Amino acid sequence: MLTVTHFTVLSALLFALGALAVLVRRNPLIMLMGIELMLNAVNLAFVAFSHYLENMDGQVFVFIVLTVAAAEVAVGLALVVAIFRARDNVDMDEIDSLRG
Amino acid sequence: MSQTLWLIPALPLLGALINGVIGRRLPRALSSWFAVAVMAASFGVAVNAVINLIALPPEAQVIHETLYQWLGVGSFSADVGFWLDPLSAVMILVVTGIGALIHMYAVGYMAHDSDYARFFTALNLFAFAMLVLVLADNYLLMYLGWEGVGVCSYLLIGFWYNRDNLAVGTDEKFLSPRSSATKAFVVNRVGDFGFTLGMVLMFWTLGSLSFGQVFHNAETMLQVGAPVVTIMTLLLFLGATGKSAQIPLYVWLPDAMAGPTPVSALMHAATMVTAGVYMVARSHVLFQLAPATMAVVAVIGVLTAFIAATIALTQHDLKRVLAYSTVSQLGYMMLALGVGAFSAGIFHLMTHAFFKALLFLGAGAVMHAMNDMLDMRRLGGLRKIMPITFWTFLIGALALSGFPLFSGFFSKDEILAAGFKTGNIGLWLAGVVTALLTAFYTFRAVVLTFGGKPRWRKGEIVTTTDAADTHTAADAHGAPGLDPHEAKWVMTVPLIVLALGALFAGFLGLPSVLGENRFEHFLEPVFHQTAIVIPPELEWLLIGISAAAAIVGIFLALRFYRGDARTPARLAAYYPALYQLLLNKYWVDEFYDTLIARPGRWLANAFWLGVDGKIINGLADGLGNALRRFGNTLRTLQSGYARGYALAMLIGIVVVIVLVIARP
Repeated sequence: MLTVTHFTVLSALLFALGALAVLVRRNPLIMLMGIELMLNAVNLAFVAFSHYLENMDGQVFVFIVLTVAAAEVAVGLALVVAIFRARDNVDMDEIDSLRG
Repeated sequence: MSQTLWLIPALPLLGALINGVIGRRLPRALSSWFAVAVMAASFGVAVNAVINLIALPPEAQVIHETLYQWLGVGSFSADVGFWLDPLSAVMILVVTGIGALIHMYAVGYMAHDSDYARFFTALNLFAFAMLVLVLADNYLLMYLGWEGVGVCSYLLIGFWYNRDNLAVGTDEKFLSPRSSATKAFVVNRVGDFGFTLGMVLMFWTLGSLSFGQVFHNAETMLQVGAPVVTIMTLLLFLGATGKSAQIPLYVWLPDAMAGPTPVSALMHAATMVTAGVYMVARSHVLFQLAPATMAVVAVIGVLTAFIAATIALTQHDLKRVLAYSTVSQLGYMMLALGVGAFSAGIFHLMTHAFFKALLFLGAGAVMHAMNDMLDMRRLGGLRKIMPITFWTFLIGALALSGFPLFSGFFSKDEILAAGFKTGNIGLWLAGVVTALLTAFYTFRAVVLTFGGKPRWRKGEIVTTTDAADTHTAADAHGAPGLDPHEAKWVMTVPLIVLALGALFAGFLGLPSVLGENRFEHFLEPVFHQTAIVIPPELEWLLIGISAAAAIVGIFLALRFYRGDARTPARLAAYYPALYQLLLNKYWVDEFYDTLIARPGRWLANAFWLGVDGKIINGLADGLGNALRRFGNTLRTLQSGYARGYALAMLIGIVVVIVLVIARP
């Protein structure tokens, strides 16, 4: 029997994976994927809670998160393209024009 | 009667505005002759106004025009209003008439200077300020003109602000025009301070600043010799010592010769320096209430006259001799005011304006001819080369010496006689000695400049000793070497007109044994004075003594300086201490420098570097530096690594969540 705990643990694992991807990889595409992973981990938790609490609010949130994620990817990819065009390079550690 | 008085100062103001705004774009001739034209027009209006004034009955001889109320606060009010009575009539005629002639002369004198528009702007502005000063109907408006005159004198003395040493062809070192202008302004400020305090005290005690009310209130409210009126008049007189170059504030005037010569003639001979004399004469009601002040005025006047005359004996620079003689003659005017002979003082003011303007303009013509060289040790023999300048200068010199029948004779004699008649024998005696000195130094200048053989060579190149000064005399006149010539007609015509004035102006005020003193009669509605009558024999004796003083002085100067003049050198060698004392002008400049200027500079430096630099700047800078150091520390947090920020965010979120969960 799948309990809400299973879903929560899975969601936490996915979130941790996503965060790890954002923190350790230098390729912005992989970092964007990591962000997607974190968002979807949260979505999984929302859906699970929604099911178990028999409340639709969580699923509404999922739609909102999906929409935001789509916009975020569009903007993020556009930035990656623009940066690549400007610098021939998309290594995140090289992009430090705002270093204090 | 139509109101035209305001036109008298307004016309020069118009000239200043037009020359100031578009003068640079106008052709030279248009710009400079326009300045002359407004002065001439102003003179015309002034003459017309004075004719209207004379037509009035003597007891009501005042034309009073109020344009508008300038200030009105509570019981205090000051109008922009003009007041023409016989006293201001004399002043406006002198200022506009002689002013117009000097403007005309300046057209020729400044013909080689590229900054003609600036020059004529300042010159017209000066005339405007001076006319406001003499026409004002209250002390505050008078003060406006008074300060305006000070500012314009600053602008004009420092006209050649980029030149350092104007002493041409000599080893003498004078103050640069910049320093001279600053000196004139600062010294005048000391006097103005007294004038300001005097006005405040006047308003405080008499409740008004307009002439009519002040004098009326003073006569009804104050007693003769009341301390308050003594202090008030002493303060006003301090202002007069500044503008009219009296001890202790005369030091600015000789250095003011750094300005172009028409400026020296206009401001430092004919008009500006008379402001103090005018102010004292205008306030005669107050001064007559303070016998102590009157004594101070007379003593300061005679001391100034004497000391300046002794300094003038030894100066080498022609314009400096004239400058010290101006100081000395102003001392005479103050002496006259101090013994209560107001009309005599104003009479001498008028005749002095004629002959001193003439002498300065003559010196300017010499400067022009000699490529700006004015050291009398290197002049000489100009009589034949510049006949018009020589003859007019001679007339001016005779008038200044008080040679019988020349204008200066009558006015100076009237002052001396007034001193005698009021029983101040000491003052009279000092005046007579000064008259002798005056005649001596004047003819020393005449002989050294025009007489004898030339002490210069034709074609000689004279330059300033100052290597940094790129403006050589040759640049200014387009002449490679010395080639003296008579001045052009625009310069000689004013000389001739002024010479006529110096010759005949004296006949307006004849001593009683020779005729009628029309001048004193004209001023009677202002001063309500009639001359003290003394026996004709005594009057003749006094006239004889002043004539003798002048003639002896002239004779001595001719004996000393004509031919091969060894006497002066021998005298100087015989009394070296006295000679050095006079040559170095009693070391008054050095004295002031040590006693006032240096401590002042030290104090200013202390405030500038200490209080302002260390404390105030230190506070502001310290605050800024502290913030900058803090920012520098913080900026290292901005590493520029996006993953670093992400980690920081994550840690932050974890910390927040832990805190939220752990909260009881």
